[in-house]
Amino acid sequence: MELGFIMIAPVLLGAMLGALLLVWVERRLLGFWQDRLGPNRVGPFGIMQMVADLVKLLTKDDWIPPFSDRVLFTLAPAAIIASMLMGFVVVPFGPGWHIIDLNIGLLFFLAMTSLAVYGVLLAGLASNNKYSLLGGLRSAAQMVTYEVFMGLSLMGVVMLTGSFNLNTIVHAQEDGWFFIPQILGLVVFMIAGVAEAHRLPFDLPEAEHELAAGFHTEYSGMKFALIMAGEYLSMILTSAIMVTLFFGGWLGPDFLPPIVWFSIKTGLVICFFILLRASIPRPRYDQLMSLGWKILLPITLINLLITGAVALSLEG
Amino acid sequence: MSEVVEQTTADAAEHPAVVRELAARFGDDFVHQSGADGIPNVWVPRERLLDVMRYLKSEAPGGFPLLFDVSAHDERQRTHRDGLPDSDFTTFYHLISLDRNEDVRIKVALPEGDANVPSLTELWPAANWYEREAYDMFGVNFVGHPNLRRILTPPQWEGHPLRKEHPARATEMDPFRMTDELLDTQQEELRFVPEEWGMSKEAKHTDFMFLNLGPNHPSVHGVFRIALQLDGEVIVDAVPDIGYHHRASEKMAERQSWHTYIPYTDRIDYLGGVMNNLPYVMAVEKLAGIEVPPRAQVIRIMLAELFRVSSHLVFYGTYSQDVGQMSPVFYMFADRERLFTIIEAITGGRMHPSWFRVGGVGQDLPEGWDTMVRDFIEYMPKRLDHYERMALQNGIFKRRSIGIGQYDTAEALEWGITGPGLRATGCDWDLRKKRPYGGYDQFDFEVPTANNGDCYDRCVVRVEEIRQSLRIIEQCLNNMPAGPYKATHPQATPPPKERTMQDIETLIQHFLNVSWGPVIPPGECAVNVEATKGWNSYYLTSDGGTMSYRTRIRTPSFPHLQMIPLISRGFMLADLIAIVASIDFVMADVDR
Repeated sequence: MELGFIMIAPVLLGAMLGALLLVWVERRLLGFWQDRLGPNRVGPFGIMQMVADLVKLLTKDDWIPPFSDRVLFTLAPAAIIASMLMGFVVVPFGPGWHIIDLNIGLLFFLAMTSLAVYGVLLAGLASNNKYSLLGGLRSAAQMVTYEVFMGLSLMGVVMLTGSFNLNTIVHAQEDGWFFIPQILGLVVFMIAGVAEAHRLPFDLPEAEHELAAGFHTEYSGMKFALIMAGEYLSMILTSAIMVTLFFGGWLGPDFLPPIVWFSIKTGLVICFFILLRASIPRPRYDQLMSLGWKILLPITLINLLITGAVALSLEG
Repeated sequence: MSEVVEQTTADAAEHPAVVRELAARFGDDFVHQSGADGIPNVWVPRERLLDVMRYLKSEAPGGFPLLFDVSAHDERQRTHRDGLPDSDFTTFYHLISLDRNEDVRIKVALPEGDANVPSLTELWPAANWYEREAYDMFGVNFVGHPNLRRILTPPQWEGHPLRKEHPARATEMDPFRMTDELLDTQQEELRFVPEEWGMSKEAKHTDFMFLNLGPNHPSVHGVFRIALQLDGEVIVDAVPDIGYHHRASEKMAERQSWHTYIPYTDRIDYLGGVMNNLPYVMAVEKLAGIEVPPRAQVIRIMLAELFRVSSHLVFYGTYSQDVGQMSPVFYMFADRERLFTIIEAITGGRMHPSWFRVGGVGQDLPEGWDTMVRDFIEYMPKRLDHYERMALQNGIFKRRSIGIGQYDTAEALEWGITGPGLRATGCDWDLRKKRPYGGYDQFDFEVPTANNGDCYDRCVVRVEEIRQSLRIIEQCLNNMPAGPYKATHPQATPPPKERTMQDIETLIQHFLNVSWGPVIPPGECAVNVEATKGWNSYYLTSDGGTMSYRTRIRTPSFPHLQMIPLISRGFMLADLIAIVASIDFVMADVDR
């Protein structure tokens, strides 16, 4: 607890830098998987591309469309990025390395990701553009749907540990990571996580080939940068939570410090997200919905039933 | 020349069957005109046009269900029209019967002061856009057309561009200035007014949303606008709007020599490269009576098929991208790059080689071409297998394409759909097989078909066509004949250079054919080929000069776009993107 205040600055900085770095990592990885180079000109391996991108975004004309609702239009990106950054508050990066050790940490994470939906919805509405509106509607429907499974898919872990506290959950995995007993929960959480971060294949709110850029069509400059950063933060946060809940968090052999284990695992999950983006087509809006309600919801419920039964029989 | 003009009679055995049938049904007073292409032209008075067309469509033996082309001629400055009925503007209607494998062209003569002709829209829905185009270009009024307005030029355009008095060069006019007021009026004229298209803004329980998809949108493959009437995300109706890519290719043909027009053809279907040269040079060759040597024919086929593969690869990649798959397009463009390396080695160009010539091709094949081509045809099938697992067999890909944008063979013919879009409905009409041109009868290949006529089948047919094209290319490679790459005919342009500096006759011939251009004998000729996207025909009219009197370019993409509303109603926005991508069009091929 006493470490909390000291952790705020590094976490904020780390998250933002991570999002920035991720832009470069993603472009290089996609380039590698797609038989092309990707950004390789600025600095060694093109890594300074992120600085160039940052400078570009910061100095770009930040245009607010005259037909938009100015207040909401400005507020929306802030809402997205703020709720995502708040989500990092509960993530345990190592033993005792966290900003706050909430006993409802998991619920706090779910609440914060849900708040981001409002940002997206507001952005779509405030732009006063038909494409943005369609994007905002899609995102509302999609995120409300996937919220349900996201929460339910994690309840198996909660049953096994009897706690919403993320540190307790990590410690409970000292004998074995939860991705084996909770494989169904992991799969559902992963799909819901991609949908929450609205990345391909579930990038329907901003499906480039259908809605131009969906809810952020009208955004430019720094506001656009915030929305993009929010998306990357969401991916990092989802990966970090996934590692915490299913892959033992910071746990690992002693030859590397816990924070390194945590970073490696999170990085691998992120790479997997990028690989998903490179390989899978985008389902249609209604197909995504029926996938959610007709397949993922039953799977989650079955998972809960089985976990509950096993947990009870072990206790009894 | 081969042109013959005479009155039709029911019992003249030398007349084509369709002309005799028409004479038997409607009497002997039609004028029959034959051309270098062997297609009978029948001049019909406009009062009887609808009866004749109705008869040809449904009552004539075999039927002519496909309205292949409609346009007009400005005949006022034409000198060689011996025996033809007096006419200032002539509209023509090109019909094709698949059962009989026959064509017929109906012509209607119109005087300048009274250029009115009945509209065919009630018989063929596909006539709608063709008639709008003829109105736009010539000012012919189609009586009974539901919405006769300009289609290729902007609404405030003055004059009708393909009339002979309309200037062809910017230098013939005052400099153009875009003032703020002009910009505003032009913007305002582009505003979509639903009422003009018979749409209502609301229904019983809903207000419709009208969405402009395009002209600048990531998925419309160029500058193309579809005005959508949406109920939520469901498409109630759609109005495609074209003309943003119009470059007056047909007008340009009237001020370029027969030879110097070849580069313009490359840019019609800009993914098809030399495939566009083919119907044009073949039509000129027929008019001039030039025989193309066998080596040139096989080189042409090889290059045309290489471009078919290239175009289909672009389709494959962009289609999977439009259903949301990010990576395949990069693999397919990389393969296309290999293809362009071969094309560059042979022709010196990449996308627009302009490499076919009247009478042959531009140059002989370079040393080492065979190893390059062989490497490619060995490499490509493995890649295709890989892509099949990646795209065609992907579950989401299938769910996004199967059952979407479906039509059957009858609908396809009704709307003028040709090429892979027609073959995906189970109809095996491939011009290379049914009417082998330019030496295709010497080759062994299959015509891929599919049965459902949906987006998925259109994709499957094209992928299979890549394999068949590779087969044809392999046969070209193994059986490339020796001999000259260009005809020695005096009209072949430019003439073979070897003897130019040896004797005065060839020097003069070379000089005149290159500076003035060849003089092509008067006559009319249309050549129709199986291009990458469907049937592409060049209908040339020569008045015995160094330039074409009229060049009509019938492109496949034009009617394909017209069908979009029919096959997208009731689907969702995302399906429309798949439908648009599955049509495989190029806006330059639509607008010309």
